[in-house]
Amino acid sequence: MTTRLPAKDAVIVGLGWTGSILANELTDAGLDVVAIERGPWRNSATDFAPNYAQDELRYRIRHELFLRPAQTTFTFRNKMAQTALPIRNWGAFMPPNGVGGGGVHWNAETWRFLPTDFTLRSHLTQRYGAKFLPADMTIQDWGVTYDELEPHYDRFEYLCGTSGTAGNLKGRIQPGGNPFEGPRSRPYPTPAQQQPFSHTLFGKAAQGLGYKPFPQPSGNLSRAYVNPLGVRMGPCTYCGYCEWFGCANYSKASPQTTILPVLVRKPNFLARDLCEVTRINVDGSGGRATGVTYVDSSGQEFEQPAQLVILCAYTIFNLQLLLLSKIGTPYDPTSNRGVIGRNFTHQTISDVESFFDSSKFIFNPFIASGAIGMCIDEFNGDNFDHGPHGFVGGGYMGQVQTNGRPIETTPVPPGTPKWGAKWKQAVRENYLSALKPGTGVHGSMYSYRDVYVDLDPTYKDRFGRPLARITLDFHENEIRQNRFLTDKFAQIFQAMGAKQVVKQYRLAPYDINDYQTTHLCGGAIMGTDPKTSALNRYLQSWDVPNLFVMGASAFPQNAGYNPTGTLAALAYWSADAIRTRYLKNPGPLVHA
Amino acid sequence: MRDRAGKYAALPLLCLSGALCNCATAQSGGDQQDFALIDRGRYLTVAADCAACHDDPDGHHPFGGGRAIQTPFGNVVAPNITPDRETGIGAMTEAQFDAVLRRGKLPDGRNVYPAMPFPYYTRMSETDVRAIRAYLGTVAPVAHTVASDQLPFPFRIRASMWVWDALYFKQGDFKESPSQSPQWNRGAYLVEGPGHCGACHTPKGMLGGDKTDQALRGYSIQGWFAPDLTNDRPRGLADWSNEDIVEYLASGHNRFAAASGPMAEEVSHSSSQMRRADLEAIAVYLKNQAGATDNDKPLSPKDPVMVAGAAIYADLCSACHKPDGSGVPYLFPDLAASASVASREPTTLIRVVLEGAQSVATAKEPTGPAMPAFGWQLNDAQVAAVTTYVRNSWHHAAAAVSAGDVKEARRTLNAAN
Repeated sequence: MTTRLPAKDAVIVGLGWTGSILANELTDAGLDVVAIERGPWRNSATDFAPNYAQDELRYRIRHELFLRPAQTTFTFRNKMAQTALPIRNWGAFMPPNGVGGGGVHWNAETWRFLPTDFTLRSHLTQRYGAKFLPADMTIQDWGVTYDELEPHYDRFEYLCGTSGTAGNLKGRIQPGGNPFEGPRSRPYPTPAQQQPFSHTLFGKAAQGLGYKPFPQPSGNLSRAYVNPLGVRMGPCTYCGYCEWFGCANYSKASPQTTILPVLVRKPNFLARDLCEVTRINVDGSGGRATGVTYVDSSGQEFEQPAQLVILCAYTIFNLQLLLLSKIGTPYDPTSNRGVIGRNFTHQTISDVESFFDSSKFIFNPFIASGAIGMCIDEFNGDNFDHGPHGFVGGGYMGQVQTNGRPIETTPVPPGTPKWGAKWKQAVRENYLSALKPGTGVHGSMYSYRDVYVDLDPTYKDRFGRPLARITLDFHENEIRQNRFLTDKFAQIFQAMGAKQVVKQYRLAPYDINDYQTTHLCGGAIMGTDPKTSALNRYLQSWDVPNLFVMGASAFPQNAGYNPTGTLAALAYWSADAIRTRYLKNPGPLVHA
Repeated sequence: MRDRAGKYAALPLLCLSGALCNCATAQSGGDQQDFALIDRGRYLTVAADCAACHDDPDGHHPFGGGRAIQTPFGNVVAPNITPDRETGIGAMTEAQFDAVLRRGKLPDGRNVYPAMPFPYYTRMSETDVRAIRAYLGTVAPVAHTVASDQLPFPFRIRASMWVWDALYFKQGDFKESPSQSPQWNRGAYLVEGPGHCGACHTPKGMLGGDKTDQALRGYSIQGWFAPDLTNDRPRGLADWSNEDIVEYLASGHNRFAAASGPMAEEVSHSSSQMRRADLEAIAVYLKNQAGATDNDKPLSPKDPVMVAGAAIYADLCSACHKPDGSGVPYLFPDLAASASVASREPTTLIRVVLEGAQSVATAKEPTGPAMPAFGWQLNDAQVAAVTTYVRNSWHHAAAAVSAGDVKEARRTLNAAN
């Protein structure tokens, strides 16, 4: 039997970054808000205690912080003609679970997208002509501009205390920063983290090749910081346990270290952990959400009515909930119609492993943080002329030394046996003098007609609901892009004096077992036309105006950066629209 | 707030107490519209931290009682002080209430156990106590019967308390010191009267009475060492400015230290809600308290225990507290200036290393950082080494901690848990 709970002003599905931001903004606006989170509550000191959190086997290899596939999973196939199979062990990306979401286990690489990323189709068409783009590429403009998002990027960076060097202050290019970035209204809240030896060397080599290297913007702080909410963070200790791990040094920006301490004090906020939302309820007309239904850990079902539903789950779960709740038209790749599941993307990551003379180079790779490194942006977005190269897109690249952890940091030159005494000897010889950046080449992935998410016809979850099905493969454009970028990246390591440089290109077919990033994007995208987008420019559902959908699922295609800065800026942008316009006059904020 | 699905158990009870509210307030006597008196009482109730003991343990019913107060002689359970006539104090006359607070006498003539700090409250005026009574008459009555007497023999014989009273209880209003400023006198009144700081912070004799010649020099109570509040260096607050004291009381945090344990509750219920002028007066009075004069010499850094402690410190502590013990202001305590490190007894230090600690989160300092537990990771000798090390580094000099001390602390903490 379903228990019907007292109505709330707003229900938030998922308490990660976007859920925390929206909950804080809406409770500030006076709304009575409940956030429903599938995973457990997590506190910094007790759940990520620094005397056991640095455990690579437990967290990296055995995925302790992530959703267990036995609870729910997806099916995957490369091509539409194939039969998809369920994923039983996470590989290419890591579905977050629990309070804080991906904000707990990220590397804290805190980027802004380029101004032209937001007007991608019109910009590329104008510069290269429509015929330059592959026929089946479905990239779109976002419907929002960099200038509109700038104040919201700024809010997120000041919430997090982001450490970095500005490259463009109000239109004036700054020395030492990224000269390609859009204008920012003020400097980063804290200076860039100090760069270890290999990063400095990379920066010098890149400069020698004519590039303009800059420190990666980092949510692992260079110094103590107190954010505008009064929450305090400590300086990073460079332990190198960021990605896959929680940080109890209070130095990695996460909902726990920036928002939740303030949120949990508010009497008009309630969090329900270990409760899984199973559907968004809509009224008989289908045009209005009435709340959500969720199941607790004892299997009891509850209905939570609400005036406003804010979907803040991880990309694929946002899509699954929309499809299962029959909100918006499911995307059909054959007719190229429908919107839910459309323009689904991931990332195009590759790396270069380089070996140096161990008598001259000691890099101490364990002096690390998830986002310290020197990067270049010459080959990102449309920062260079793609005309001669026959592809579009790009990415940042950098010597970002995220860790020197013992299980995975085992650099050996090609030809070394895979195990045994000779392998051990090679690891010993190369551990301190080899480089394999934690990020490397961070390439974009643009959207295509046959890359999408729908409901699986065969496999079901424990409630008997169809699993979400991913159909995803690399296209020639991304393969070419990656080859070009990886070659450029390798040149820098050669210039650093490496005796051997091994390029590890990203190749087709897309491999669901090989970790790239957790940056699944798209599928419920924002835009200007309800025929080709699920959400308007304020992340409001075209079909159900009291439903807003946060997160990277709104990205029409993925840029050559980590997505968190942009999805958080979009969350603030949307929250601002809800507070200043929607609440005064609930209804569609854009009339199509 | 945080809740799991469907936990609405508290709801019917709250409704019930709301329904009772109107009829009961009418019974409790006094002028329910005497705003000035009631507001004075409300503030004194905060300053006296009545909620710390008398709120119900689940926090649903302010002043509903039922919380067990640990004393060295056993537990005393705090009674219901809501205006409920049957189970609370609704039927007490003003004179009876005054006798409880200022003389430690119950209406039936029995003695109040000094877990209730009447030896401090006696310094409040008759008007102060009447004001507290007036305020308590306005809170929601809760029907909640509390069995207060849970002490073992012989302490459960309340008649034995007359000996205690004869030894330790000195009745009488606070007397201003004419040679001191009004601010100093206000601070003295708050510290020695309603604030009852010495109830935890002053050393006690065999029967639990204050050693008045050692006022505020620190005492182990409820498994914590309530630090030395005098101007002693390094045990007390000599390094703290008046503003440091005010900030700590108002927010639970300052550049040196963070409130946890019983002090976290005090900050949360009491001092964070007090007027700044009063906190400033408390600081003036505390900074005027002379400390002890003992001169401990620090252990040699070459002592094997210090060498081991230094290694453990570098490995496990220095990332947050920094190699020089200075920490990060308002986030990780400064071990060189914390009054809980080189304290006369290492109770708090051992406990915090073994069990970790959660600092208080307040409106001014919402972060509420916490320290993880190390008791599962370090053995008794290792905890002894690292605590001895911090007690004898950075200008500190204090008695070494032995493995036996740690073993005993584990035993006590396990028993309490």
